[in-house]
Amino acid sequence: MRIYAAFVYLFLYIPIGVIALFSFNAGRHASQLQGFSVQWYGKALKNPFVMDALQTSLTVALVSATCASVFGTMAAVALQGMKGPVRVGFDLLIYVAVMIPGIVIGIATLIGLVTLFDQLNPALAAIWPGGAPPQLSMGYGSLIAAHTLFTMALVIIIIRARLAGMDRALAEASSDLYATPMGTFRQVTLPLIFPAVLAGFLLSFTFSFDDFIIAFFVAGSETTLPIYVFSSIRRGVTPEINAIGTMVLAASLVLLITSQVLLRTGRRRG
Amino acid sequence: MTERGRNIFLLAPAGAWFLVMLVIPLAVVLIFSFGERGPAGGYVPAFTLEQYANLPARWAAFKNTLILAPAGTLASLLIAYPLAYYLAVRADARWKTVLLVLVIVPFWTSILIRSYAWIFLLGGRGIPALLAMIGIEDVRLINTPFAVLIGIVYGYLPLMVFPIFVNLDRLDKRLLEASSDLGASPWRTFLQVTLPMSLPGIATGCLLVFILLMGEFLIPAILGGGKVFFVGNALVDLFLQSRNWAFGSAVAATLVVLMLGSVTAYMRLIRRLGAQREDVALM
Repeated sequence: MRIYAAFVYLFLYIPIGVIALFSFNAGRHASQLQGFSVQWYGKALKNPFVMDALQTSLTVALVSATCASVFGTMAAVALQGMKGPVRVGFDLLIYVAVMIPGIVIGIATLIGLVTLFDQLNPALAAIWPGGAPPQLSMGYGSLIAAHTLFTMALVIIIIRARLAGMDRALAEASSDLYATPMGTFRQVTLPLIFPAVLAGFLLSFTFSFDDFIIAFFVAGSETTLPIYVFSSIRRGVTPEINAIGTMVLAASLVLLITSQVLLRTGRRRG
Repeated sequence: MTERGRNIFLLAPAGAWFLVMLVIPLAVVLIFSFGERGPAGGYVPAFTLEQYANLPARWAAFKNTLILAPAGTLASLLIAYPLAYYLAVRADARWKTVLLVLVIVPFWTSILIRSYAWIFLLGGRGIPALLAMIGIEDVRLINTPFAVLIGIVYGYLPLMVFPIFVNLDRLDKRLLEASSDLGASPWRTFLQVTLPMSLPGIATGCLLVFILLMGEFLIPAILGGGKVFFVGNALVDLFLQSRNWAFGSAVAATLVVLMLGSVTAYMRLIRRLGAQREDVALM
């Protein structure tokens, strides 16, 4: 049993290890190790395409994770204890957002938004007072909107689990002691769910930063880091991609561990 | 502010987001799937079943998906179960959490980078080169269904291990002791007690992996090299290369229907299996 488990762990970690190992390879050849060097990291970080894609990815991840955590928390708080058709409707939408394959979300967003923009652009041009009217097109906006959709569903699920585990008596006590609903939220509920909100933010950030398939459809002329990596992979394995991959994996690991620690401390305090 | 007003304010942004980014786009896909292809790609409004009649043109993609998604789910289950069992029942309690986290963590990192790692390992200078050293020549691994299967198991193993682990971990260990006290062999205890009791975990794990596999694009694109392609790959081709939105929408709608159909059938099957035992609840 033990030996079997060890083999599975090797299976899980050898590929990651190999990538990391070869990213420090001094030679150009992917097949043999020729001494230690960090030159590929330097090359990757000096490559303007990589830096551009990285900046796009970070901006999109930051904005969409922020929107997702704020709007998701708001919705989760409202949905708690709610019954009736609104609750059922939201449950269904959250379920659909998580269940539908990412690729279908990407396609639907692409053709949905392009169709919408085709209608809106002439209308905008007609009412625009002088000068060139703005053209709505796929890019940052659609990337952020699409990532926010999926991650918001994720945040609602996380926060709801946290709210369900919370002692309702605390909020009731607060209102019995004449706190306003807003006061209760700020001084009782929010501090209790805050670790979960932060964990949701970090998970959303990681998801957005790592997402390839939705971005592939909705990015328009923008390039995110996963899109850059995907198109480079088609040209073969290079030490530079190994270096980028290692950095991306390391960054996700840090974010994940932080979010797990937050969820755990939150649970203990609650 | 009334409670009603407060709730409207709190739900408005999320509701608007779901409407504009989910409900309307999905409706557009459905409408487009009954339309026609424009002369320069894109879409022309119409009401025709032509796109659906044309589905057999992409039969190979559907066939691959419907074979490799269940096969990948099964392979993940077979590899994940013993590990989940080890973690839940056998592993030292002090190390349990750490070991579990070590399984889960890779799932949340970039599947793109992790699949890329296998190009490296399965490619000509990876495992085939090692095999050549011990005299097994000319093994081709990359761009085969086998490579795609490895990528699938590697990518989704954590998702399978986790629900089975949670299930086995909650299982009352006294039941296992009772079984062996009553003279059952370890193997019989496993087959008659542990395995049936862990059915809900198996069901959840298989469901999660299967759902994700039905829409898979990256793993076959990276490890299948255009030779092993899923419906996801056909969709990328239809929307981003040939810009045939009407037909693409029909393929996407069919994929969603197939997915929902098989998930529903699967849930029914599980419920029937579970109905014989009252203590086995799904999820």
